Amino acid sequence: MTNEMHLSFRAKSENESFARVAVAAFITPLDPTLDELTEIKTVVSEAVTNAIIHGYENREDGMVYISVKIDGDCVELEVRDEGVGIPDIEEAKQPLYTTKPELERSGMGFTIMENFMDEMLVESAPNMGTTVKLKKHLSRAKATSH
Amino acid sequence: MSLNIDLEPIDKVLCVRLEGELDHHTSDSVRKQVSFAIGKYGVKYLVLNLEKLSFMDSSGLGVILGRYKEIKQAGGEMVICAISPPIERLFTISGLMKIIRIEPSEDFALKRLGVM
Repeated sequence: MTNEMHLSFRAKSENESFARVAVAAFITPLDPTLDELTEIKTVVSEAVTNAIIHGYENREDGMVYISVKIDGDCVELEVRDEGVGIPDIEEAKQPLYTTKPELERSGMGFTIMENFMDEMLVESAPNMGTTVKLKKHLSRAKATSH
Repeated sequence: MSLNIDLEPIDKVLCVRLEGELDHHTSDSVRKQVSFAIGKYGVKYLVLNLEKLSFMDSSGLGVILGRYKEIKQAGGEMVICAISPPIERLFTISGLMKIIRIEPSEDFALKRLGVM
């Protein structure tokens, strides 16, 4: 099975739940397990929250862009913003690292994304926005890919 | 709203029952309402009941850790109960599992705090 979808929405926190539900609905034909579905919803939530809080620093006029591609048993997810970017990606990926402790951020977003997906690639530069590319192979997808 | 927050003071314990989805959008109201109730009722202990929580991400971890620190600083304690396997996984990845007391149910949590 191959399929693709693109979604864009304003950087408003109420869109976080919309984003994860939309992505979950799109990959449903791949027959994901409940664990896989929870993992993908969590990862979408993490990446979109990062775009809103860090990328756009809670300015709601920014746009968040999501692309999802299904290729066989693989889900490729891309979450992009056009915000402030990340000066040091390796530092940002460290567990418990956060630039906003006053907002009670746990600093676990990237760690969870890495943990729940098979591959993660972060592309970012100051004032150039951030793109997070994630891949995951679904265990039961091949059986339904006729 | 996608999260319902039920707060009930029982003796020196504030029971916080969350139903729905705990993410960045809903975590701020948890922080505000629980912090306000801790002061209002003058409780020493927090029991966080997650039995009906259907979704949580790292924003939830942040607000839970924040309340843990808040009640600890006041000399109290926090117990979390009825966590689902996905939430347990988040607790394990973040190291929260090692520092916060977990009980299977609210009754167990209250007994552990000597209320029931």
